[in-house]
Amino acid sequence: MSSALVLAHTSLVAVDRWHSLVQAAYVIAGVLFILSLAGLSKQESARRGNLAGKAGMVIALVATVALALLESENAIAVTGSLILGALLIGAVIGTIAARRIEMTQMPEMIAILHSFVGIAAVLVGFNSYITEPKDDAVHLIEVFLGIFIGAITFTGSVIAYLKLSAKMKSKPLTIPGRNLWNLGAVAACAGLMVWFLASPNIWALLAMTVVSLVIGLHLVAAIGGGDMPVVVSMLNSYSGWAAAAAGFMLSNNLLIITGALVGASGAILSYIMCKAMNRRFISVILGGFGDAPAAAGEEVTGEHREISVDELAQSLAEAKSVIITPGYGMAVAKAQYPVAELASKLRARGVKVRFGVHPVAGRLPGHMNVLLAEAKVPYDIVEEMDEINDDFSETDVVLVIGANDTVNPAALEDPNSPIAGMPVLEVWNATQVVVFKRSMAVGYAGVQNPLFFKDNTQMLFGDAKTRVEELVHAVDSALVG
Amino acid sequence: MRIGVPVEAAENQRIVAATPKTVSKLIKLGYEISVATGAGTRASFLDGAYKEAGAQIVSDDEAWQCDVVIKMDEPSLAEIAKMRSGATVISRMVPDDNDELVQKMNNHGVTGLCLDAVPRISRAQSLDVLSSLSNIAGYRAVIEAAEAYGGMFGGQVTAAGKTDPATVFVIGAGVAGLAALGAAGSLGAQVRAFDVRPEVAEQIESMGATFVRSAGQQEVSEDGYAKPLTEEQLKATAETYAEESAKADIIITTALVRGKAVRTITAQMVANMKPGSVIVDLAASGGGNCELTVPGEKIVTENGVTIVGFTDLPGRMPAQASQLYGTNIVNLLQLLTPSKDGELTLDFDDVVQRAITVTHDGEVLWPPPPVQVSAAAPVATPVVQAEDPAVVAAREAATAKRKEQRMLAWGGLAVILVGLAITFSPVAFLSYFTVFILAVFVGFYVITNVSHSLHTPLMAQTNAISGIILVGAILQLGDSNPWVVGIAFVAAAVASINIFGGFLVASRMINMFRKEA
Repeated sequence: MSSALVLAHTSLVAVDRWHSLVQAAYVIAGVLFILSLAGLSKQESARRGNLAGKAGMVIALVATVALALLESENAIAVTGSLILGALLIGAVIGTIAARRIEMTQMPEMIAILHSFVGIAAVLVGFNSYITEPKDDAVHLIEVFLGIFIGAITFTGSVIAYLKLSAKMKSKPLTIPGRNLWNLGAVAACAGLMVWFLASPNIWALLAMTVVSLVIGLHLVAAIGGGDMPVVVSMLNSYSGWAAAAAGFMLSNNLLIITGALVGASGAILSYIMCKAMNRRFISVILGGFGDAPAAAGEEVTGEHREISVDELAQSLAEAKSVIITPGYGMAVAKAQYPVAELASKLRARGVKVRFGVHPVAGRLPGHMNVLLAEAKVPYDIVEEMDEINDDFSETDVVLVIGANDTVNPAALEDPNSPIAGMPVLEVWNATQVVVFKRSMAVGYAGVQNPLFFKDNTQMLFGDAKTRVEELVHAVDSALVG
Repeated sequence: MRIGVPVEAAENQRIVAATPKTVSKLIKLGYEISVATGAGTRASFLDGAYKEAGAQIVSDDEAWQCDVVIKMDEPSLAEIAKMRSGATVISRMVPDDNDELVQKMNNHGVTGLCLDAVPRISRAQSLDVLSSLSNIAGYRAVIEAAEAYGGMFGGQVTAAGKTDPATVFVIGAGVAGLAALGAAGSLGAQVRAFDVRPEVAEQIESMGATFVRSAGQQEVSEDGYAKPLTEEQLKATAETYAEESAKADIIITTALVRGKAVRTITAQMVANMKPGSVIVDLAASGGGNCELTVPGEKIVTENGVTIVGFTDLPGRMPAQASQLYGTNIVNLLQLLTPSKDGELTLDFDDVVQRAITVTHDGEVLWPPPPVQVSAAAPVATPVVQAEDPAVVAAREAATAKRKEQRMLAWGGLAVILVGLAITFSPVAFLSYFTVFILAVFVGFYVITNVSHSLHTPLMAQTNAISGIILVGAILQLGDSNPWVVGIAFVAAAVASINIFGGFLVASRMINMFRKEA
């Protein structure tokens, strides 16, 4: 290897060959990344997709390391050990974090990873400004935009992380005229760009970085906890665009391709989320849940009825078909294991058990599916809202565990409700609905749920996990109908 | 307590109030069961089967002596006289029309529970005998019609030509009507259905039948039953009936509102029907929807139209009808035996229990206070109802069109701007930009079909992949400027956390997903 490098140094032609080889590696890596994302769109091919991504990354990194050593302006040993050191630090921290993280904390993990891409984009941008000539306007714009997006991604993700890990209140921060502030900040950045292009200087760049860091901070701080799934996927998209911007400034096709892929993927995910919540993307981004008709919804009151664990066990034992609709509350109580056990017990008795998952259940798209998979629930009995909504009328018992807004009939019935028009799981069509809940408090959207007062609804108060565990025992001893 | 199941007095009543299966469920509630010998014979349940299920076989008089007597038909005065004072009788009855019976039960100290009076609220659906019997009647009506109709229901295409499917017109989309149109549809007939309540259109269409619209349809009902129609509505519905009946091969009419039949098919309409066509009148017990119906009989008119007026349609499928009726009774007793100790207790705070009680403790409690079907319904439904579906559809189409135009305008503007930007940008930038645009579109198409359950792993994976920014940082690590190297080192370390963490977490999640073994 080292002799080859020495040879390469001596011949310009050989260096060109090396460049071409690296480009070839990049093309292969790019294709593998596309295959990776395509593979992840289906359960059957997901594992293959993950492998393809890893393979692409290894190829890209090997080629890059070779190129970096080749072009190194310092001693090869120094550069090599720096690269190795950085990779080692990343490997150790990344591996430990990935092993330790619990599935319920996945949203936080994803959010903090986004912030790393953001900060890396900012740093790479500054370096690119320092190292490259300063007379190319296109390059300067690329640097400027790259740092701008990176900085917003960074602070936005950090705030999302803090909110998701409950280190910060998830309530939206509502400064009066906050949209004007945002607009003003963006205008300031535009002004700084004009200055920067006219006379390239590091101060303009630094000032813009500070302003965009504040934009990112304020943008996510203004978004309520209920909209977090959209925010996380939006930041996912931003981190992609940041990588693509870095690709432009470094003239690196692989970065551009990968960044664009990730950016597009995040954008699609955000779109799917918004549709599932019947919210416009713009209004989510501008923050503050339901500022328009809030509190104009009908006041819902009534009497709720309670059910005991034993009674519920009896009706589950006699049921033919049961649907469980989990929500974020199940994740909070870590009840997915007893829920899975309950499901398998009932299935062993010949009860048809399925799970109905609302697209925005949890704090991350697909969060519930991951939790249920962790608890070894076969994915073919976990169905999406559209697949299962028509089946509620043929269902004997529905267990609503830790969900609230996603099963709220007001979304369909009350046009003044803040969640009006949001597609919901129509659990109330079932013969019997049992809601597991801590108390009669309202959900994230701050809306009372008329479901609790329906004639066929019964409440089971208490911690979801202990309740479900009791239920598992009670089902064991219940008589078979 | 002991529950007695006597023999139904009417020879032609084949339904029995308990089957061996429901007997075992009643025993689980803590009751002892006495079945009169031969009580289930007409429904093909023999004494031996009851005995096996845990019941005692007794004489009919002994069955009447039990603490609770369950039966199908309204008890006669003589039968009440056989009961013990303080006992309870659970059966179908029409207390409004039979004051004598109410008085007799009261004087004799018998608690009378009327199964016909179960309120139509969701919670009480499992006790609603009208629903379960109507369901069977609706199905049987189609079978009777098929027998009387000299043709095939389903259309056929054969080498000898093609025959059209039969046209079935169902009037009234209650439980019986829906069951009938479902059964007729699965035999292959073309089913059209009409109901004065427009809100059932969706249910009709969900069964694959065509909902016949008419100006005679009224407003959304509040208690699940149709209201009397106005003069104009009556006229309009009559026109609809005339029009539809002339086209139909088979009419199944089910318009029975609280025991009273509504006139739907006049003699004139029958005269206009095709010879060989069939009318099944499910309202025959209330006098018949059709003017020519003879309750309990099957007749053929002069122009060859068969009119089936059987009043015992559920009884023509006695085993299943008994099973469903018996299950209704089990569900009722479950409600009345909260502690499952075989002790029947009445709780008049429960609207369902109050609604069905005719007499109790020497008091006549009939009629019960009215029950609202659902507290939310009267508020919510008018909103749905207020607008003509056509208007709504038109408005939605207009919005969609406006939206499309707006999208087109923005898209066009974007293309022009991007075009301008490209035209005035340096050539080196162009090739990168091309790659970028293509990659964005590849990304959109690759992700669009992603399975919902994989969103989280997908995000972790894209996270790891966007750690590719490491490539940029690594290339900067070889720079001669120590500042640059320092910054690049931090960037590289952070980006590689992303790569390792992202891939590992993604594969951890993906490996958890498993299909059922």
